[in-house]
Amino acid sequence: MNFLLQLLNGLQIGSIYALVALGYTMVYGIALLINFAHGEIIMIGAYTVVFSIQLIFAGTDIPYVFAIIPTVIICTLVGMLIERLAYKPLRNSPRISNLITAIGVSLLLQNTMMKVFGAQSRSVPKIFDHKPIEVFGANISISTIVTIVVTLVLTISLQIFMKKTKYGKAMVATSEDYGAASLVGINVDSTLTLTFAIGSALAGVASLLYVSSYPQAAPLMGSMLGIKAFTAAVVGGIGLIPGAVLGGLILGILEALTKAFISSRLSDAIVFGLLILVLLIRPGGLLGEDHKEKV
Amino acid sequence: MPREKRITYLINLSLIILLFAIITILEAAGIFAGYMMSILRLVTINIILATSLNITVGNLGQITLGHAGFMSIGAYTAGLFAKNIGLAGVPGYLIGLLLAGLFAALFGVAIGVPVLRLRGDYLAIVTLAFGEIIRVLIEYFDFTGGAQGLNGIPRMQNFTVMYFVAALSVALMYSIMTSRHGRAILSIREDEIASESSGINVTFYKTMAFTLSSFFAGIAGAMHAHNIGTIGAGDFGYNRSFDILVMVVLGGMGSFTGAVLSATVLTIVPEMLREFADYRMIIYSLLLIIIMIFRPEGLLGRKEFHITNVINRLKKKFGKSPPKPVSVSPKPDAAEKFDRTDSSSKGRGT
Repeated sequence: MNFLLQLLNGLQIGSIYALVALGYTMVYGIALLINFAHGEIIMIGAYTVVFSIQLIFAGTDIPYVFAIIPTVIICTLVGMLIERLAYKPLRNSPRISNLITAIGVSLLLQNTMMKVFGAQSRSVPKIFDHKPIEVFGANISISTIVTIVVTLVLTISLQIFMKKTKYGKAMVATSEDYGAASLVGINVDSTLTLTFAIGSALAGVASLLYVSSYPQAAPLMGSMLGIKAFTAAVVGGIGLIPGAVLGGLILGILEALTKAFISSRLSDAIVFGLLILVLLIRPGGLLGEDHKEKV
Repeated sequence: MPREKRITYLINLSLIILLFAIITILEAAGIFAGYMMSILRLVTINIILATSLNITVGNLGQITLGHAGFMSIGAYTAGLFAKNIGLAGVPGYLIGLLLAGLFAALFGVAIGVPVLRLRGDYLAIVTLAFGEIIRVLIEYFDFTGGAQGLNGIPRMQNFTVMYFVAALSVALMYSIMTSRHGRAILSIREDEIASESSGINVTFYKTMAFTLSSFFAGIAGAMHAHNIGTIGAGDFGYNRSFDILVMVVLGGMGSFTGAVLSATVLTIVPEMLREFADYRMIIYSLLLIIIMIFRPEGLLGRKEFHITNVINRLKKKFGKSPPKPVSVSPKPDAAEKFDRTDSSSKGRGT
């Protein structure tokens, strides 16, 4: 029973990793950029949840879940702003410059937030105010169920969006061949911005789900979460939507089981060890294909 | 050794000794008090860190984000060595440094061999992951002092030794990087496929650069451990790695003199501006972004500052003929003082 509960815990944190990993994987697929600032979008989302509850929802009858609306809006705007201000001027620069800029943006957001709101963490009010549901004698919290369901729904809709709509197809085309896509009349610039917007919106949802079970917002909360989510994307196969979800779930379950049965202190080492192992055996990730670079 | 090269070496050596003499005199005269000397000791450590990261980031063209991880291996090796076996005096210190470097290099090979087969961006994330693994493991095991850190490492704050270790390290790294092997590494940065097809063993040279880089990071870590006496795994998180990366990027990726210069400036300036310490990281990160957008090659770019070129120019200006025409960059402005690494008079030749 304990094992099943831990599995469920793992699925919950894994779903959050998966949502964040989707943002990483989409941006990497199109811009070939590890968007280090993506983790910081989650941090900004968490702060938005805190402040919108404190300033708007407290004292009214609106359920706190509706904090999702300002959170997604703010996260999307910040994501698009970062893309326009920091990454767009570097569109034709070497990839190493892009990577360093991404690191710079991430550090800038962390330290600005630390300066403005202080280094200490802020507690988040309970978002899902509902009793745990009892299944076979075990208590399963409502946020676990919501997290898993929301992730499932969002992933499927994202997949449909990519396959069926004009904008989704434009994204796929751009990620396959940047130059050819612009030749056939796809507006690559706005496609890139759209990619950042969707990724950041997903991160906004992820941040609300995250604080619903780990109710704290801190300036540095995003970096480790972001790195783990990127790890998940790489493990699953970077650039692939199913890969991000698979990687996220594997990582989450591995982490939860390690924490429960081996050692809570070693969990990070084991998660990153998995990354190195996967890259050695299948450099393209679990679902990815191994492309040899040709002249 | 050609005469010109010998002169270059002589000039550089005498300049290093001159700089040391100036610092010693200032210290003896009481102008450099204890605080200033402690900053200068930090400068020597940071110079080694920045130049060693420059090998991977600048010369090999691969981003690594786990440099502090190698530093921590060196620091803990030297710390444990000094506490458990402990040879007294400068020779013991130097043996500890060497051991620390070798141990860090060992890890460098172990990480580098598998990981360097991967494409560039993965290296960044894997080294970052590796740095975290090291940190977690150091805190997990007991012989490293666990989460409390390692205390009571014998202090070694002799500026003379640290200064000459730093000078020797930079000279070694520079001469390796301008040798045949160094040029092979540069060619990988320029075009991996082309250099592979012209017979360069890419995996070998990538690993070599990475190992060299981690060796010197280990030495710097050992110096750090002996300098402050207390180390904890938390000191070597990825913020530390980013700090070193900023130094390399600011100085110019691929320029040793640039790395030395920016390591010196970025160590001294934050200490001088203590009251703005809260803003340090904000300024650093803004600096990174702005440099990448407006001057992606860093302040010096890939150029090196050579004192011999300056002398040759002065000689030309005052009518004396230089011993031999040295290639000078085509731009007729201030940039003329600088010369490219590959055409410099240093280096061992193929």
